[in-house]
Amino acid sequence: MKTRNGNACSRRDVLRTMTACGLSISVPAMSAQAAARRSTERPKSLITLWMNGGMSQLETWDPHPGTPTGGLVKSIPTSRKGLQISEFLPQSAEQMHNATLIRSLTSREGDHARGAFYVKTGYRLEPTLVYPSLGAIVAHELPDLNVEIPQHVSLGGDNFFPRGGYLGNEWDAFRVFDPGRSLINLKAGVSDSRMALRRTGLDLLSRQFTKGRPTAEKETLHQDNIQRALKMMSSDQIKAFELDEEPSAAQTAYGDSRFGRGCLIARRLVEGGVRAIEVCLNGFDTHVNNHEGQKTQADILDPAFATLITELRERDLLESTIVLCISEFGRDPRINGAGGRDHWPSWFSCVVAGGGFQSGLVVGETASHVSEDQGKKARLNPTDPITVPQLYATIMHAMGIGWDDEIITPIGRPIRFADGAPVGRLLNDDLAAKIPS
Amino acid sequence: MKPFAVIFCTVAVVALLLLVVKAGEIAPLTSLPPALVSEERIDESVSVVNQWLRKGWSDEGLEPAELADDLTVYRRLSLALHGTIPSLEEVTAFKADTSTDRIERWLLRMLEDSRFSTYFADRIERVLTGVDPGQFIIFRRDRLRDWLSDQLAMDRPWHEMAADLIAADGLWTSEAASNFITAAFIGGEGLDENELAGRTVRAFLGQRIDCAQCHDHPFDSWKQQDFEGLAAFYGQARVTPGGVIDRPTEQGEPTVYRVIDPGEEEGRLVEPHVPFNEEWSDVSGSRRQQLAAWVVHPDNRRFERAISNRIWGLLFGRAWHDPVDDLAHPDEDVDDLLDVVGREFRRHNGSLKFLIRTIALSDAFRLRSDVSWADEDLYSHMSREWAVFPLVRLRPEQMIGSMYQAGRIRTTDQASHLFVRFGKLTNENDFLKEYGDAADDELLQQSGTIPQALLRMNGRFTRGFTETGTFSAAGQIMRHSGDDESVVQNCFLACLTRMPNDEERDFFVLQLQGAEKSDTNTDQNVEDGVDTAVDVARPRHQVVRDMYWVLFNSPDFSWNK
Repeated sequence: MKTRNGNACSRRDVLRTMTACGLSISVPAMSAQAAARRSTERPKSLITLWMNGGMSQLETWDPHPGTPTGGLVKSIPTSRKGLQISEFLPQSAEQMHNATLIRSLTSREGDHARGAFYVKTGYRLEPTLVYPSLGAIVAHELPDLNVEIPQHVSLGGDNFFPRGGYLGNEWDAFRVFDPGRSLINLKAGVSDSRMALRRTGLDLLSRQFTKGRPTAEKETLHQDNIQRALKMMSSDQIKAFELDEEPSAAQTAYGDSRFGRGCLIARRLVEGGVRAIEVCLNGFDTHVNNHEGQKTQADILDPAFATLITELRERDLLESTIVLCISEFGRDPRINGAGGRDHWPSWFSCVVAGGGFQSGLVVGETASHVSEDQGKKARLNPTDPITVPQLYATIMHAMGIGWDDEIITPIGRPIRFADGAPVGRLLNDDLAAKIPS
Repeated sequence: MKPFAVIFCTVAVVALLLLVVKAGEIAPLTSLPPALVSEERIDESVSVVNQWLRKGWSDEGLEPAELADDLTVYRRLSLALHGTIPSLEEVTAFKADTSTDRIERWLLRMLEDSRFSTYFADRIERVLTGVDPGQFIIFRRDRLRDWLSDQLAMDRPWHEMAADLIAADGLWTSEAASNFITAAFIGGEGLDENELAGRTVRAFLGQRIDCAQCHDHPFDSWKQQDFEGLAAFYGQARVTPGGVIDRPTEQGEPTVYRVIDPGEEEGRLVEPHVPFNEEWSDVSGSRRQQLAAWVVHPDNRRFERAISNRIWGLLFGRAWHDPVDDLAHPDEDVDDLLDVVGREFRRHNGSLKFLIRTIALSDAFRLRSDVSWADEDLYSHMSREWAVFPLVRLRPEQMIGSMYQAGRIRTTDQASHLFVRFGKLTNENDFLKEYGDAADDELLQQSGTIPQALLRMNGRFTRGFTETGTFSAAGQIMRHSGDDESVVQNCFLACLTRMPNDEERDFFVLQLQGAEKSDTNTDQNVEDGVDTAVDVARPRHQVVRDMYWVLFNSPDFSWNK
């Protein structure tokens, strides 16, 4: 464990991180080179598939057909022997031998905002300190100096987007609201020659501003940000945000949806060296008509998730990319009067694939029967519970990040990146053996 | 379609068109009536504060920066009190007022403007409840904001407002102050007394006790029992269908507050308890009324220090003590500036408007932000000691407020056409979504980001507000200003509230002189539609639009100075 200043990112830190990843100095910029690299030499990336609103574990990864909690959904066998998941996810079922399924993730937050904050950061919402999201920590800790586009990206998200928190707002996710359709704000609306004229005027006003204000340049970073923004606008790497070069078959396989396009772009961003990407799928808050609502969303998730795993594996990128499919909480085992399921943080499911996580592992079991008054006084727990901080410590360990590094936050309190310890059995033997006892 | 329907539709369309035209009509700029000089004498309070400031500078061996010109101070006030730069209409009227006390009079005028109460209500509301959406139905942010706005407009004493917020009973719709309580309601769990205790201390006393919820404060004297004792004052508060109430008894038994330790099930009984000066809470009434009496007690210096620090922060963009809600305990023997300002505030019955005027008229607020030398260390030292006006980035809502206002000649306020106000609201919401809302951390000092720079350079807001169409500021300035020099001057006044210096004026005038004299291009809304090569004369509207783009993206625009 080390204690560091929140904004410090020394050369030593960079080299340490790169060494931990087995990364040589030169990192490929675009997909062709990236795909050609062997997975063990690549730095790791994280793709989070965020199921916004509270995905029902019962209609997806943890069905209980024929039981009081099961509802109408049926289960189907998967490529992992003995494992059954919801009939709503037939393509994903074929990928379960590649993934770790955790059915016993726990939280205490049953409100959307609080739940999302907890699951995005691994810390409960606290009024005096904004914790960074897992993606911000990953981007902050594993910087790639050759990547000119943002290292932390949110695709298709809306509210509760991943924030930089106490690491600073420069680590907020770069948001693309409609991935693949509009390259929002990354293209100038005028020709190069006209932009050059504009910049001449801007340089003049910036000079006037800094004259007589000796610390203005350092303090405001105004010109620096504009220069970096212009560099990003002119970089070839922004093509990773576009789908023009993708064959229509690939686009079809992911599904013609904002989420499907987001997953395809996430794969392209990983190839470009982007460290942390979140792709958001809205619409899981099914207080009414849960069965249909969850099916509608699962129909969007299923092809995108399955194709993403398949393509990453085919491109030799799955071992260097962690794909995490998670939600802010699960849904109540009891069906309400409107045919819906309400919020349920006591247990919910997530799937983690790649990046050194076990293949075909299933963790935890949940009750098939929850009576009306259960959970109102004493908390209910699943078998073999895993907490979000434990999961995030495990992901950080797998990515070569010091999960117990302490950062001195702006309020002077030293805070660890993860408020839990890695769980070795979720990882392959090599990584598990490296967890300090 | 029946003839009647055709006539009806035609009339409706014509009426709609008339409304649109009315919304965009151009009226000649007129000089606005000056505000009356207040009867209230404020000189004495300002003088006390200035004495303290000057002694501090002298002790530090610092010579403060020169005084800023009135236009700069006017811009600072407009940003702080209305959340936007002044309109060209207002700037023109301000310039026409040549009296020596115009800042004082215009300050009074701004405080009487409904834009002040609306904007400040939003700022204070964030402090009270954060920005989380809260529980559906029982938390009505809009009602709380309206209530705060009304209180601010009538200049209700802050201690009375605070007491209402802590102790209000009733429905969240009719007794809007009770939304301070219902904001802490968590579905399935009820009221979060811990949240309320932490927020009460932060919002009204300017201190952080939150970490004492789980353990004694590691660096301060707050104990865990202090936190629990404060939370217990909210232990009898209940949210019922009839509204918020305190229930001393439930089912015939006294209502008690219990803290459940990890691993325990029953919980410990905790009685209400204040961490110091118990006698201040010795009043009859509900537990929350007792807590309110303690918080606002005339001898509780933390209360006046907290609001003084908050208002200082909202005016300068940087609190006197940063973070704004992490003040040290008051020193028994030595006053700091917050004690000095706070005492004047108390003497004038907790008037927030008086507090704002005291700070805004102090020397610190009137200083320039630039100097004639280049010593970085000395400049930083002066900035820390408020001997130079601090450079502070515009908050997101100030940024979009300013962009929207710079895009119009006339002032956008309650008197504006409905369409205009609606346009401002929707633009503001959309912009905050993309730019990032500072939430309740809005006085946290942060530099800008690359996505924000991209949004300013290429975003639809900049595209929209730099248009040179008939109703836009850029278009009207271009068409009605007269000579090239006046066009440049008016663009600078509309966007930066200052005149261009010689170099800036010459640069843009030269570009205008090189432009085509007639401007027949009507496709002004497409930035990349018809770009002209640099070596041939460009359309005039293109030059003006590019000047507006430069001004929007300049540090002058994004930073308060």
